[in-house]
Amino acid sequence: MAFRAAVVTFPGSNCDRDLAVALEKVSGTAAIRVWHGDAELPEKLDFIGLPGGFSYGDYLRCGAMAARSPIVRAVVEAANKGVPVLGVCNGFQVLTESGLLPGALMRNAQLTFVCRTVPLTVENSQSLFTAGYEQGETIRLPVAHHDGNYFADEATLDRLEGEGRVAFRYGEEVNGSQRRIAGVLNAAGNVLGMMPHPERAIEPELGGVDGRALFESAVKALVAA
Amino acid sequence: MKVRVFVSLKPGVLDPQGRAVHHALEGLGFKGVEDVRVGRMIEMDVADGTSDDALRQMCEKLLANMVIENYRIEKLETA
Repeated sequence: MAFRAAVVTFPGSNCDRDLAVALEKVSGTAAIRVWHGDAELPEKLDFIGLPGGFSYGDYLRCGAMAARSPIVRAVVEAANKGVPVLGVCNGFQVLTESGLLPGALMRNAQLTFVCRTVPLTVENSQSLFTAGYEQGETIRLPVAHHDGNYFADEATLDRLEGEGRVAFRYGEEVNGSQRRIAGVLNAAGNVLGMMPHPERAIEPELGGVDGRALFESAVKALVAA
Repeated sequence: MKVRVFVSLKPGVLDPQGRAVHHALEGLGFKGVEDVRVGRMIEMDVADGTSDDALRQMCEKLLANMVIENYRIEKLETA
């Protein structure tokens, strides 16, 4: 069965092609490219990717404009129906701004853009995105962001931890994130937002392959379903 | 009608930009600056008679991120 994935491109997205290539490499099927001005998503999607970049020039707040675009309204609807949605970097910011994920991503605590490969621990290996990892495994993925400082109030953080919704945690100080949270799942487990870039770590030539299992997990979850 | 919306970080939310500006002010030799918080002011021209409720909704649906920010609306006299 072909894996029907869509990748949304906003004005200012710059990781959309990387995400589409990663999905195709792993699933064997080309991802459908969707433009931000489209009001509707293609039918019967198995996966939606919101890429990194600087959608709408980061005007107002990172992800704020994209989160109010017609296509993201369609993404929210699809997510609420259970379609897996992965938001990477700016895509994570769009997911928090749209309300699909709790919290907010603020300016890095050290105020500088951080661009390097960082260690992450897999905090939940049960989700459809992370089943290909071992619980507690340390992986290495690149980060490249100015606003990745995850913030939520204490009660929300406690709830996320208690419900196993922290998917990834930084293994070192990166950006000032509360409890070093790097990736968060929604309550149903079909929406994942993360600042690190799995799509930039799918081939040895890219400097690492630790991101590959994330896409493989999603493809496997569909085949099993 | 001119409306100004002041968006600021909620108390307790760390403001790294405010802290950097604070340090810069001290570096310039200004004494007695206790704390600095950086916010944003948005000026809008809206139709006379725009309801307070509509203004609040603009703030809560877009202008402020209610997870981390508060807002204050200031209505100015029509010029």
